[in-house]
Amino acid sequence: MMDLRELYQDIILDHGRHPRNFHAMAHPSHFAHGHNPLCGDKITIYLKIEGDRIADVSFEGRGCAISTASASLMTEILKGKTIAEAEALFKRFHAEVTGGEVPEVPAELAEDSERLEPLTGVKTYPARVKCATLAWHALEAAIKGGALGATVKTE
Amino acid sequence: MSSIAPLRPAPAAAFDARRIRRDFPIFERNPGLVFLDTAASAQKPAAVIDGVAEFYRTDYANVHRGVYRLSAASTARFEDARERVRRFLNAADASEIVFVRGATEALNLVAYSWGAAFLKPGDEIVLSELEHHSNIVPWQLLRDRIGFEIVVAPIDATGGLDLGELEKRLSPRTKLVSITHVANATGHVVPVETVIRLAHARGAKVLLDGCQAVPRMPVDVRALDADFYVFSGHKVYGPSGIGALYAKRAILDAMPPWQGGGDMILTVTFEKTTFQAPPSRFEAGTPDISGAIGLGQALDYVEGLGREAIREHEEALTGYAVDKLARLPGVHVVGAGQRRLGVVSFTVDGIHPHDLATILDSRKVAVRAGHHCAQPLMESLGVHATTRASFGIYNDEADVDALVAAVEAAQEMFRR
Repeated sequence: MMDLRELYQDIILDHGRHPRNFHAMAHPSHFAHGHNPLCGDKITIYLKIEGDRIADVSFEGRGCAISTASASLMTEILKGKTIAEAEALFKRFHAEVTGGEVPEVPAELAEDSERLEPLTGVKTYPARVKCATLAWHALEAAIKGGALGATVKTE
Repeated sequence: MSSIAPLRPAPAAAFDARRIRRDFPIFERNPGLVFLDTAASAQKPAAVIDGVAEFYRTDYANVHRGVYRLSAASTARFEDARERVRRFLNAADASEIVFVRGATEALNLVAYSWGAAFLKPGDEIVLSELEHHSNIVPWQLLRDRIGFEIVVAPIDATGGLDLGELEKRLSPRTKLVSITHVANATGHVVPVETVIRLAHARGAKVLLDGCQAVPRMPVDVRALDADFYVFSGHKVYGPSGIGALYAKRAILDAMPPWQGGGDMILTVTFEKTTFQAPPSRFEAGTPDISGAIGLGQALDYVEGLGREAIREHEEALTGYAVDKLARLPGVHVVGAGQRRLGVVSFTVDGIHPHDLATILDSRKVAVRAGHHCAQPLMESLGVHATTRASFGIYNDEADVDALVAAVEAAQEMFRR
């Protein structure tokens, strides 16, 4: 059960049970739906983008502990970040969980990147990587899709 | 080939799953494996694995073509496998057995050959809420081309098929009732005898999806009076990539080809092609010859254990699992009507099925988590996803105990 404790760390269980920023947003400037057809998990990411900065971010949906915790942590970290910073964080996180070459993030993002560390336990569970990245893929789709409400699938 | 079924070997006094497990090399290579996902695909006995290899070593050549000895031998083995499927389903004649890739292909074959030829705008076909996507989607694709109606028979409060509601949906417009024999997501055993009686009284044909029934209980298509019966070989301990469609010969005779190619024709000119009689008419191209041989071996293996004995074993084990799981606080067994066979779907408060399946896997307990390719049923049952444990001839009560212990460990982990 050693590995499993790596995957289900206290912070994951906490955010999975009590997700932060877990609500719909009345007037988002951007939003998108994320869907994992494999397990039926669904998530909607809402953004309020002002200029190039994420003024507010929230989500709702249903999913496993990993996908819920990932979305919750993501929203906590992204408030106040620029779009470029959000993209840099995702790039690094994605590489960390999928086993790609992990790019450096600017020093001012190092602490935020570290907060995502507990989620990188999924890299030894290939079937669960998509749970951890679903919210981020939905975020990417929202930034691209604006107020149209795009849908992104993990497969 | 004689069409007289041989005497069935008497089932062993006590069904010994531990001994049967020794016939399955996967358990030797994966010590401690608690395999509870047979409804998705069954493990293979050495008789099947070795039988396929032996066939390639001794008798392999293409079928139905060569004049040389080896091709004749291969053809004889292939047709012998068809005869074994006939016997297994108690069909009247081996020509009523069409080899396909699996139940999904069989359903598509019926839709695109029989359905496209005989369904008209204004006609209705009846499906149930219990269906696997493979018994929904081909009909939707065909409906969009032809314009008939798909009518859905709901489940009742217990999760079983509501026969009264089904009957209300039958009318002279009903041309086909296509329904599962045992529901893959919940294990509900559908009273197909009644369904067939009701449908035939209105002149509708009946297709049964036997994927979960064939590995778990005796099936006699003639006693049932089923018009179509489909199953996948890999769920009945045979190879993946092979399955069978049974249809009454008169129905097959009236069905046009659905795929064109070699082996299914009598004569070909650029002006006109004439087609073989069933079953060859529906088997274009070189078939999965070794798959059919392996399927024949699997059916023999299952017959050898006794299908009534297998049913008793699975019924007892399923009952034991339901009993044990239902006693756990926070665990809810999903409804499967009055009778359940081989499958137990359940949810655990506060733990998503995917998290649960990962935790069970860390204890070598292999289960399925998700919607089980039955999203409409999940919707109707009011759950997004479930964890499903399904049983086979190699499972025993110790496997269920391991499952229960693993669920308790997961609850413990999520409580902290």
